[in-house]
Amino acid sequence: MRRLSADETHVVRFRLNGETVEGRAEPRMLLSDFLRHVLARTGTHVGCEHGVCGACTIRINGMMARACMSLAVQMDGAEITTVEGLAPVPGRLSVLQAAFRRHHALQCGFCTAGILMSLDTLLQAEPGADEARIRDVLSGHLCRCTGYRQILDAAVEAARNLRKETRHA
Amino acid sequence: MKPAPFDYVRVDTLAEAADVLAQSGDNARVLAGGQSLMAMMNMRLAQPTVVIDIMHAQGPRQPEIVRNRLRISAMVRQEALCTHARLAQEVPLLAQAVPWIGHIQTRMRGTVCGSVAHADPSAELPLVLVALGGQVHLKRGRKNRAVPARDFFLGMMLTDKGDDELIEAVDVPLTPPGTGTAFREVGRRKGDFAIVSCAAVVRGATTRLAVGGVNDTPVVADWKDLTPDNVAEALNTFAWSLDARDDLHATARYRRDLVRRLGEITIREARECAD
Repeated sequence: MRRLSADETHVVRFRLNGETVEGRAEPRMLLSDFLRHVLARTGTHVGCEHGVCGACTIRINGMMARACMSLAVQMDGAEITTVEGLAPVPGRLSVLQAAFRRHHALQCGFCTAGILMSLDTLLQAEPGADEARIRDVLSGHLCRCTGYRQILDAAVEAARNLRKETRHA
Repeated sequence: MKPAPFDYVRVDTLAEAADVLAQSGDNARVLAGGQSLMAMMNMRLAQPTVVIDIMHAQGPRQPEIVRNRLRISAMVRQEALCTHARLAQEVPLLAQAVPWIGHIQTRMRGTVCGSVAHADPSAELPLVLVALGGQVHLKRGRKNRAVPARDFFLGMMLTDKGDDELIEAVDVPLTPPGTGTAFREVGRRKGDFAIVSCAAVVRGATTRLAVGGVNDTPVVADWKDLTPDNVAEALNTFAWSLDARDDLHATARYRRDLVRRLGEITIREARECAD
């Protein structure tokens, strides 16, 4: 058992996009704020802060998760991926990101990081995901610009391209 | 939209969690998947001074069969039900209801027991638990007790669980062959809170319908010898017996109408499953 007192900051250490990171947080600090304000990884956006909008969606231990509904101190020892971890190398987009660009699947970009994280997690776990399945996963995100059509098109194309890549590998 | 200060306790066993709860009393809350509690804390509707994180505790992460019942321990996330391969054979109603819970992003964090503890009147899991004759296993210090789901939900977000108790597990009986079940829900958007949700269980000549989203807790109606000829009348009587109210999302009249129409569809689907 470990008890962290409310009025002090505590060391939090986890794997973020493949590297070990650490910072200090009070128990009440949300993971979304820890990522942005302590670790200065501002790719994860913060919208509603009660789990509805999906903007802050990240991957925790392989599962989609709202960063605003988790505490930084809960993450000690976890494996986390954020949108900064999607590009294979700096300057090159992932298959999914490239499809988003091709299909104009974003306008203001506020919801994009969260949507990319959900879709990336889905396509890793279920390479055969069809449009119905993608729609189901997208229902956990709000986008006020696109009307979702372009996002859907991008995701369907990315799924197809990823399947092709796997076949040729 | 940030939680008020609290001490954070990460426990290694549920027994430890029960001890900390016993010492802290009504100022402590158990944090599992956090998909209800964290939102409440962000909005300061909940301001615990001690938060007990049980998600690193030892124990099952998957549902398991214990003495002819499917037992779901406190650390089992909702998504673990989706990936439990035999769920559709073991407890088909659970398999039918789970996709309606929130979104995949919240199911991957939220736990089954956490949803039961939160006891939202429109939540799917309390409804299924009541419809199937489930039980809630509670732990206070070293003492354990089991409460039938029907007696567990007392009101809107109000349960029989004491402030110093935690839910160790819930269980439901395995569904015997020849039983038909169905689940239906109407909400404004996919993943939104249900305006009305219906769970039906048909076994031989008996029909059960459990309704969520109308009263403060799930409501159950049981009928013998319900036929296509008398189902409409039975559902009408049932709809009027409920405490349907007007709110921002729907009128009382619309809710009663949903009970009648959705109820009939759900019962029909359950009967078709049973045949």
